[in-house]
Parts: sequence; structure tokens; C-alpha cells
Amino acid sequence: MSRIKIPIGPQHPALKEPENFQLALEGERIMEAGMRLGYNHRGMEKACEQRSYIQDIYLLERVCGICSHSHSTCFVQAVEEIAGLQITPRAAYIRVLIGELERIHSHMLWFGVAAHEVGFDTLLMYSWRDREIVMDLLAEISGNRVNYAINTIGGVRRDITPELSARIAQGIDRLEERTKYYIQVATEEATLIARLSKVGFLSKQDALALGAIGPTGRASAVDSDTRRDDPYAVYNELAFKVITDEHCDVYGRTLVRLGELMETYKIIRQVLERLPEGPLTVKAPRKIPAGEAFSRYEAPRGEDVHYVRSNGTEKPERVKVRAPTLANLASVAKMLENNYLADAPIIIAAIDPCFSCTDRALVLKEANGRNRRSMEWDALRTYGIEWHRRRGIDFAGAGKRLLKLMEGH
Amino acid sequence: MIKIGKMLQQLLSSLGEKPATHRYPFERVSLPPRFRGKLKFYPEKCIGCRLCMRDCPSAAIQINKIGEKRFEAVISLDRCIYCAQCVDVCPKKALEITSEFELAQLDRKNLKAVFSPPAEPPSAGQAGATNASPETKAPEGA
Ligand code: SF4
Ligand code: SF4
Repeated sequence: MSRIKIPIGPQHPALKEPENFQLALEGERIMEAGMRLGYNHRGMEKACEQRSYIQDIYLLERVCGICSHSHSTCFVQAVEEIAGLQITPRAAYIRVLIGELERIHSHMLWFGVAAHEVGFDTLLMYSWRDREIVMDLLAEISGNRVNYAINTIGGVRRDITPELSARIAQGIDRLEERTKYYIQVATEEATLIARLSKVGFLSKQDALALGAIGPTGRASAVDSDTRRDDPYAVYNELAFKVITDEHCDVYGRTLVRLGELMETYKIIRQVLERLPEGPLTVKAPRKIPAGEAFSRYEAPRGEDVHYVRSNGTEKPERVKVRAPTLANLASVAKMLENNYLADAPIIIAAIDPCFSCTDRALVLKEANGRNRRSMEWDALRTYGIEWHRRRGIDFAGAGKRLLKLMEGH
Repeated sequence: MIKIGKMLQQLLSSLGEKPATHRYPFERVSLPPRFRGKLKFYPEKCIGCRLCMRDCPSAAIQINKIGEKRFEAVISLDRCIYCAQCVDVCPKKALEITSEFELAQLDRKNLKAVFSPPAEPPSAGQAGATNASPETKAPEGA
């Protein structure tokens, strides 16, 4: 049978984010898959270098629209390590609490999206209705549903009052009950099992070789979780299991996430029980002494990694972000092979991708395909402004005004 | 037990229930007390230290000196990311976060909120101690 190549994307093949897949098909079967990122490079790392550490927290919180707390925690952990700050136990517990609530909201969201990708919209509606419980809790604690802004260098900004604590406990009870029901649905509903099983297979060897992390790796029996293997905050004091699964397919990835939800409820109950008394912050210097640190954090999608280098000023010299999706992307190409074209959306969605978080750098190749060119920040900026000007949009003035404003501080 | 139609029972029992969504804007939900919406500025408390401007991640707040110990704040509602860092850093509690969130405007000019001090300059010795309510000229073009 002859091969045809079809492009999918960059307009959302699964989730509403820009990426492009080139699939080589034989009939309806995907024989080979290639992918291309780079549609939504936001220049955040460079922007961090122009802002103070405090400002960077809020910027980095917006790397991802879902793991916002993951990115800000990962960043402040690195900064605190460089500055030699030891946050108070209460602050560490609150960070864990928000992190785990975020995991619930992320996994419930994924569960709904996955259901939608396979045409089970009933499940999408119910799981998202129940997700509102945790969204409301997060809004009550932090003041916002998504960008919690709970972290600051040296601690957290909002406290957990006893009333809030009671509300969280109530919400968790209700969520646990609902999650048990969804586990029943996932393990008993024949159509769902049949639809997800054997789709997007990734063997343990492949998962290890391609560096799959988070629930994607754990569903291929890779037993790794930063919370247990390299505990940050107070995870070493908390009892929880790392959920793995042997199915190695989309069905396994569903079970892992649902199982993790149950563990998350356990963690939250322990946090609420033990929440130690004490201040929320320790005093942090504005100028961070020269040094570098590398921080790891188990985000809902897998391990998130930040590298920060400081030079003794108020602004970092370098911030490098590796969002979990980047580590899982290599596996997607493998998972797509030998599946039907119709399964592509759910296979892509099954790693719970976040493409915009992943876009970091762009390598330009000249049309002959040989010479690679990389661009410095200023050149890239000028290029961008020129590109838009040729199309009748002039950003130069706005850019200058913003620079002036930022420098005026 | 593996079967088809596991959620059927749930669906049937939902038939008689109210929708889970709210009929906004006809029906309003109360926002949590910590909600971060539009900022409020108390000119009589401000000492013009500009710490808020220094820490704002998006250059959304501007403190202008308009007289002896008199300051006005201009907040670009379109640039503000509602993080409340300025509120945390202000040593005089001159900024406050409110739960006002319906800030959409058809004209971008209206997205500047100007908070001016009361018209009468406070007499010497009383500066910063007046309890005149802040006069808010918002939203107005700046
Ligand atoms: S930080 Fe407070 S006191 Fe200082 S300029 Fe800003 S509003 Fe005024
Ligand atoms: S809330 Fe945040 S973005 Fe808005 S003015 Fe204050 S510091 Fe700036």
C-alpha cells in the first residue's frame, strides 16, 4: 500500500493549542509520526532576566494555565536554595496543599478532556461539574481559580484559617466520593474500556528509553515520582503511594490518574491534620547572592524542572524552564505508530500535553536545509518587529513605551 | 462487573435536578472574600514611596505626585494581572483589592482607573491623617 503524508495542526488536533504533527499513513494506519513545535514561543525566559525575582514569580506562574503553582513553586525553590533560605514548616505545608489541590483540578480536567476525545461527553460534563468543587476551594484559599499567586520568595502569601481547613476537608470528602464513582465507571463501563485499551501503546522499555515522566511514564510501569524520589517541601513527612500501571496504553494512563487522585486526597487530609503553627514567611533579601540552583517539582503532568542562575543583583541572570510535556513528547511519536488515524487525538491528549508551556527555543534552518542559524535576543526582537511592520502593524512604539515603564522602576 | 451504560443511572437521577451552572448575569454568585479584582487606592494614606511600582510585574500602576504630600494612582486595568503584589508590598496599606471583576470596556481609554486625592489639599500638620473619603474618578481617560 502506498504511503501518504498528512499534516495535522497547528490548529488544535486535540487540545486547543498549536502544534503540528506529520503522520505517514498506510490506509488508516499511522506508520510514522513527526511533530513540530514553535508556534507559540513567548520569550518568557528572556523576559525573566529583565525583571526582579518577585516579578518573575508572577510571570513564571503564567507559563502554564493549569500547573501555575508548579512553575512558581519550582522557581521559588531554586531561588530559596541559592539564597540559603529555609521556609517555615507552615509555609511548606501550605505549598503542598495548594500543589495537591492543583493536581486534583488538573487530573479532573484531563479526565473530562479524555472522555470528550473519545466521544463520551456525558463523562466530560459530570467530571467538570465536580471539578468546580476544587476550583472553588482554590479560589477561596488564594483569591483566584487558576493563578493562585500563593508563593513568594521565603514562604507563602495566604494563610489557611480553621474555617477554610474545614471547608477543604468537606470538599475533599465530596471529591473522594465522586472519584470513587469515576473509578467504577472507568473499570466497569465496557465501551470506555474497549475504546481506550491497546490504544497508544508504550512499552516500559520505550518509556524508559524516551524519558517518559509523570502519569505517562507511570502508566508504562516506570516507577518514578519526584515527590518520593527527591522530596521537596514536606513530602518526606507524608505517607502516599506512587501509582503505577501495567497496561501501557491510554486506559492505563486513565487508571493512573484516577488512582493518583485517591492518593492526593490522603495527602491533603494529612496536611490539614498536621498543619503546624508558625509564620508564613521568612525574610528574603531582594538581591539574591550569586549562585545557581536546579529545582525539581512533580507537576500533575510529570516532573517540572527549573534552573536559575543569579549574579548578586535583583534580577536573575538566567532562568531555564523544562515543562513536563517536553519530556513526554518523544513518547508521543512512538505511541502514535501503528494506531488508527482516528485514535490520534486521544493518544496526543493522553500525555496531558501543554504545548505552549513547552515552546522555548527556535532553530532556524535555511531553505537549503543545511545552515542552522540561531538568533540573539535583540536580533530576534528586531526581526519580530520588522515582520509585523511589513504587515502593517507597528509594535516599535508600544515596545519602547513598555521598556521605559519597566526601566522607570 | 463490566457492563454497558454504567452512567445511565446517574443520568436518570439528574433529570429532575437543577442545572449545575449559574444563570449569570441574571443570577450572581458571591465571590470569595480573598478574591483579587480591581484595585482600590486610598490617596490620603499614600506616602509616595513607589514600592508598589517597583514590584508590579506588569508596570500597571503609576503613582504621580500632584502636590505637597499628595499622590494620585493611575492603574491600567488592561495591564494589571490582579496579583495583589502591590497590596502586599505597600507599607501604608494605601492599596486594597476589591471583588469588582466586571471590567470589560469597549474603549481602551476607559481601562485607566485614576484615583485622585480629595480636591482640598490637607492643611500642614494634618497631612496623611484626614479621613476624607477618596474620590474615585474612574473610569476616565488619562
Ligand atoms: S507602596 Fe503604598 S505608600 Fe508607597 S507609593 Fe505605593 S501606594 Fe503609596
Ligand atoms: S495587582 Fe499586580 S499587576 Fe496589578 S497593579 Fe498590583 S502589582 Fe501590578
